[in-house]
Amino acid sequence: MSAVAAPVITFSRTPGATLAPHTYPDVSFEEKLRLWEEVKADVRFPDYLYGCYECGICVASCPSARFYDFSPRKIAQAAAREDVELIYEQMNDDVWNCSQCFSCNRCPRQNSPGGIITVLREVAVRNGLRTSQKALEGYGRVVYKIMTTGTQVSPDMLQPDAFPDWGPDVQAISDNLDLWRRALPPETLHTTTTGWEVAESTLIELYLIWYYSDVMGMIEEVDEGLHMIIVDVMEETLEDAGYEI
Amino acid sequence: MATIPIESIKRAPFRPDVADAPTVDIRELLFQLEEDGELIVQRVPEPYVEVMTKYGRTKKIPEQMTWHHKSCGQCGHIPGYSTSIFWLNRKLGMEYIDPKDQTSCTGWNYYASATSNAVAQAAVAARNFAAAHETGYFPIIHCGTSYGHYKEVREELVHHADLRAKVRDIMGKLGKQLVWPEEVVHYSEWVHAMRDRIAAGQTRDFSNIVASVHPACHYYKLVQEDAIYDPDLYGGQRTATVTGLIKAVGATVGDYSTFFDCCGFGFRHILVQRDFSRSFATMRKIEVMKEEANPDVVITHDTGCVTTLDQSQFAVRAHQRNVGVPVMSDAQFAALAMGAHPYRVCQLHWHSTDHRNLLEKMGIDWEQAWIEFESDLKRLERNEIEHLSWEDADA
Repeated sequence: MSAVAAPVITFSRTPGATLAPHTYPDVSFEEKLRLWEEVKADVRFPDYLYGCYECGICVASCPSARFYDFSPRKIAQAAAREDVELIYEQMNDDVWNCSQCFSCNRCPRQNSPGGIITVLREVAVRNGLRTSQKALEGYGRVVYKIMTTGTQVSPDMLQPDAFPDWGPDVQAISDNLDLWRRALPPETLHTTTTGWEVAESTLIELYLIWYYSDVMGMIEEVDEGLHMIIVDVMEETLEDAGYEI
Repeated sequence: MATIPIESIKRAPFRPDVADAPTVDIRELLFQLEEDGELIVQRVPEPYVEVMTKYGRTKKIPEQMTWHHKSCGQCGHIPGYSTSIFWLNRKLGMEYIDPKDQTSCTGWNYYASATSNAVAQAAVAARNFAAAHETGYFPIIHCGTSYGHYKEVREELVHHADLRAKVRDIMGKLGKQLVWPEEVVHYSEWVHAMRDRIAAGQTRDFSNIVASVHPACHYYKLVQEDAIYDPDLYGGQRTATVTGLIKAVGATVGDYSTFFDCCGFGFRHILVQRDFSRSFATMRKIEVMKEEANPDVVITHDTGCVTTLDQSQFAVRAHQRNVGVPVMSDAQFAALAMGAHPYRVCQLHWHSTDHRNLLEKMGIDWEQAWIEFESDLKRLERNEIEHLSWEDADA
């Protein structure tokens, strides 16, 4: 007989019943419940969860389930049961494994485990969970690029030290970047620091969207340093255009 | 390896009855919102081609007067993809705009990092669509994720008045109206609609080419019903986009059992956790294709899929994996069929996996083509020309 008593497992729709009673004991149940309420308050959440047959179709189609200890079915199940402890564990340990391909949308109950994960991630980022900060380590330059230039990846990101596993052609691209970009017939593509040429008036509108929709607040929660850099770039452009932040 | 029996989907063609559609027609809801004064619906310009979608509804694909919503990854890392889309439009005599008043949908970042929210994502979409509407040209989306994400945003906007109000408020502050297009159209749907005209203009024989198709998840899974299906292709059980083009230009479709699997892109994984992307792309896709169909080329229709399936093959060669198939988009494949230059137009030197055998099977002298492209580069180096022009590309 094991010296450790098995956890008591109960099934109920009452928030608090759990299959994960021993994870993250330093975080209070009230805090975990607060985050769960934030998830449920998202306007999209009711469209993503209708119940679960436990059929496993989502798991069978999930690429992440093949390579990680990850299950979209467990995500839907925990949300349906409102297992606050398990949801908190998933919000920290599971959601960043998801590929966001939405293969799981073939669910016969019309659930979207991938959609639930999108909301769980958003709440994790908005509340500055340490695990989300860690998951996004090394990703900051991409956030910077998309928010300040309006394009996600740029030709000058193709550097051998960033993509050593993509083979020697990356070196050739990097070495010839300016010339090869000039050898593109579409006139919007003669850029190296952005995917295409974005008009400054367009960028200003994008910056205003980030401010009006409080994305800036989310960035501040997850990475203060990155937030400062982005604000610097945006404020200068916006002030030059006559906007006060 | 366990496989899905392909024979099971080769039974009698499935012809969906729109009366049995499990969803409401979202376009009807859009028109109702327009009637209520909540937004403007930009109509598909004539002439258009009508195609059937998953539940038997009809979708309009504009032939021209299109506003090209470009893709981050295509423009940034595989620019022959975007160039080929534009080249096809020019070759077929279609009028279009390649706008600078366009941002990314920002969906790649959103699905990777969640550093955004529903209001921001909808506002970015609405801003781009308002910009298209202001030109009078109709938006056509190059990226599969942008296409899927915009359909997802459309669902959210239509069903949530609160969200609509917030986005309309932001648009008002930008001096713009809340506009949504009558149809969300992916460029590959345009290629599909144009496939017979592409075949009519074909200058190269593809009858000895075997091509395997990878359908993009965000094209037909994220929001399922808008994707094109055809009872005559896969019995109507799989999306017809891409496959229709391959058959139209006379190539053979190399079928394989993991057709429905994702490519492994993963959004954040391809940038910061590529061991996952590489493993999935090679073990679940490329190797299965090689074992079951041994294709000359993999054809897909999204940014991330081309990137992941192509770039993942280099490193695994060190582990003696069964890989080595060039990967390109349907637009590049169609352009090559119509005589496009492999480097000036299709820009295959930005791709990783060796494509030279494929070009030889297509009857293209790749050595000569590269010499021609190098001569262009020398002219650019000497500043005889500032950029390669469309005329240079067809010289």
